[in-house]
Amino acid sequence: MADRPVPLAERRLMDVKLAELPNWLGKRDFTPNGLIRSVRGGYDRYFNKYINVKKGGIGGIAMLLVGYIALSYAWEYDHIKHDRWRKYH
Amino acid sequence: MALNFFDQFLSPTHLGIPLVLIAMIFPWVLYPSPSNRWLNNRLVTLQGQFFNRFTQQLLLPLNQGGHKWALILLSLMVFLLSINMLGMLPYTFTPTTQLSLNMGFAVPFWLATVIIGMRNQPTAALGHLLPEGTPVPLIPVLIIIETISLFIRPIALGVRLTANLTAGHLLIQLIAT
Repeated sequence: MADRPVPLAERRLMDVKLAELPNWLGKRDFTPNGLIRSVRGGYDRYFNKYINVKKGGIGGIAMLLVGYIALSYAWEYDHIKHDRWRKYH
Repeated sequence: MALNFFDQFLSPTHLGIPLVLIAMIFPWVLYPSPSNRWLNNRLVTLQGQFFNRFTQQLLLPLNQGGHKWALILLSLMVFLLSINMLGMLPYTFTPTTQLSLNMGFAVPFWLATVIIGMRNQPTAALGHLLPEGTPVPLIPVLIIIETISLFIRPIALGVRLTANLTAGHLLIQLIAT
């Protein structure tokens, strides 16, 4: 599949070689508009792939909730790590 | 120690972003806006049916003028419902355990209803202060009591929500250890 080379700024993350990663990150749009657009694009991709289908199951929402749990755990890790080997809670 | 049980209600900050912010924005993700297609996806359909039934039950006792409140009441209730249910998941943070948030909901809503009532129909609004059929000697006392209950209402509502959620979470943690 040797089509014409795509410029670095327009490639998706999976198509960027590891050595080119800093350059690719530098070319991304980190303005507020760009951030909003990327969040919106990510949400639309997820929504259209897992939820906006004819026979969507519980997986679409379940993945969101599990991701939310993981995010909350990561946010509270500094607080929770004291509970690990404590004898009396 | 008893002190550690209340640590779960602190809002941790990480990279400068408090968890309460994420906890309050996350319910927005779970309710996608319905498109104007005839057949939506299952999630949107189920949510639409739930909201319709909910609003119908909510507006049953209200007359035509009360239907204007449907959107704000529904959105408030669904927001609180989703935030509280998400707080049941492990390691999540429930913003409604914070008294500040609940008072921030209670006082403006209560004040809005009282002021709108006073502006639109002041006699009826003041008439609510005296229940029907009270014996004549009791009227002064009752008006004072009703005024006090009117002003205590936002504090009661806000504190009630906070206390219920905090007590629930605390109970779960006590049973778990």
